[in-house]
Amino acid sequence: MPDTEPIKASAPASNAESQDRKPIIEVTDLVREFDGRTVLNGLSFTVHPGDTFIIMGGSGCGKSTLLRHIVGSLKPTSGSIKIFGEEITGMDDHELALIRRRFGMLFQSSALLQSLTVGENVALPILEHSDVDENIASLMVKMKLELVGLTGFENLKPAEISGGMRKRVALARALALDPELIFSDEPTSGLDPVMTAVVDQLTQDLTRKLGVTAVVVTHDMTSAFRIGTRMIMLGTGPYQGKIVAEGSPEEIRDHPNPMLQQFIQGNADGPIPLRLSKGDYLKTLLGRDEE
Amino acid sequence: MINYLQLNLEILYWLAAGPFKKKGFKSLHVFQQMMRIGVDALPMVCLTTFSIGLTLAMQGAGTLEKMGAEQFVPNLVSISLLRELGPLLVAMIVIGRSGSSVTAELGAMKVAEEIEALEVMAIDPIRYLIVPRFLAMMIMVPALTVFGNCVAMVGGWTICHFALDMSTPYYIVGLIEPAELDDLYSGIVKSVAFAWLIATIACNSGLEVTGGAEGVGRATTQSVVYSLLSVLITNAILTAFFFFL
Repeated sequence: MPDTEPIKASAPASNAESQDRKPIIEVTDLVREFDGRTVLNGLSFTVHPGDTFIIMGGSGCGKSTLLRHIVGSLKPTSGSIKIFGEEITGMDDHELALIRRRFGMLFQSSALLQSLTVGENVALPILEHSDVDENIASLMVKMKLELVGLTGFENLKPAEISGGMRKRVALARALALDPELIFSDEPTSGLDPVMTAVVDQLTQDLTRKLGVTAVVVTHDMTSAFRIGTRMIMLGTGPYQGKIVAEGSPEEIRDHPNPMLQQFIQGNADGPIPLRLSKGDYLKTLLGRDEE
Repeated sequence: MINYLQLNLEILYWLAAGPFKKKGFKSLHVFQQMMRIGVDALPMVCLTTFSIGLTLAMQGAGTLEKMGAEQFVPNLVSISLLRELGPLLVAMIVIGRSGSSVTAELGAMKVAEEIEALEVMAIDPIRYLIVPRFLAMMIMVPALTVFGNCVAMVGGWTICHFALDMSTPYYIVGLIEPAELDDLYSGIVKSVAFAWLIATIACNSGLEVTGGAEGVGRATTQSVVYSLLSVLITNAILTAFFFFL
């Protein structure tokens, strides 16, 4: 069985400067239970300005749930989440909206409004949260679409473009207001290798050149090691909802933890449970013994 | 139920506060919904109300003729439509056509994370999605009711004129004479109440969708059933209110 203690994070040399600054995200003892089932189990970590923070783990480990807590879509059972130094768990909708204007989010399903065109989707946050007129907004939309390689697609509806294109439009929308912080839920799923590299390059440019902080949920290991500056891995099975590893990409890659290595190398055999007996299932996932 | 009441309060808040806010609801969105809920429903409303006017006049004529009182057919058509059939019939059409469509659309948006995306972009879904649909329903249902009443009266005229040899001026006088303004008002009040119920039930059902395509189907059925029941019950309550008033 793997160690239950996570690898202790140490500041990587390239990121030492950001570690000295105040964290942009602070998660402390985060617990979330759904009907008695603990999905997130006492998570604590910090994200510093300029980081590309990777949250990885197997399917159903709670990666997307964690992200939804950080952006305020879900309320935790207990624990604290601070973004830009402000506690968001007790915020009302109005306070949360003020914080949300400072970050962008790329959803796993793209979540583009199907009734709007590509251009209108990207323009939506611009027109809603700034005083620019429609001509300026249109210019900004063109710039954002050019950034993701979709110039000239403004007038198409999301249903008329491919899944990969939709993802890039969603990225352009997330970047529309030049956010300080960007959250991405599986940004490269459904993309071909070239487009995956393009999205990765874009994330790197944003973080390294523009100082944007990125929090990326992924199980694409190539992408994670290419762009990540800090990583955590969430456990499954007996370690459901716990951080089983935390550190720089080098620390994660070299660590002997068998669960981590199985995940990184994508091996079918290893400590990550693939099949559970009915008893294990009830005990592990539902928190009760077999009757 | 708590969510439904909360939705009503939020709609009222945005209706009151929206005009004074920098980013209130957009009139363009209201007009788009008015087109979908009202203008696009005109052919169906025409066809249905015309056939009901036709049927009402035929049934009335058949019964009243036996008593030698066929001259009262226009009165029957007028009173029945203004007080009861007009608002109720249009409400049924709007529930089946637009209420279900609103629920399915919002439900699909919920499943596709579009509503969550709006929230994360700090755009209030109630202001952006619900208020325009609510306002469009509140404007177009009474308008469709008035229009539907007129078309149904034309349906009644068709029978009276061609089957009963009634002159057009006689028919029109027969329509107007027994009707009072209160009859017209009571129909309008009913249609406004129905519009409120249809819009809020449809939107609430759509926003509460869980579980993918199956959930959307379930919510749409629930929306239609709840809307029908609430409209019928409200109709009985309002009729009793106007009866005893």
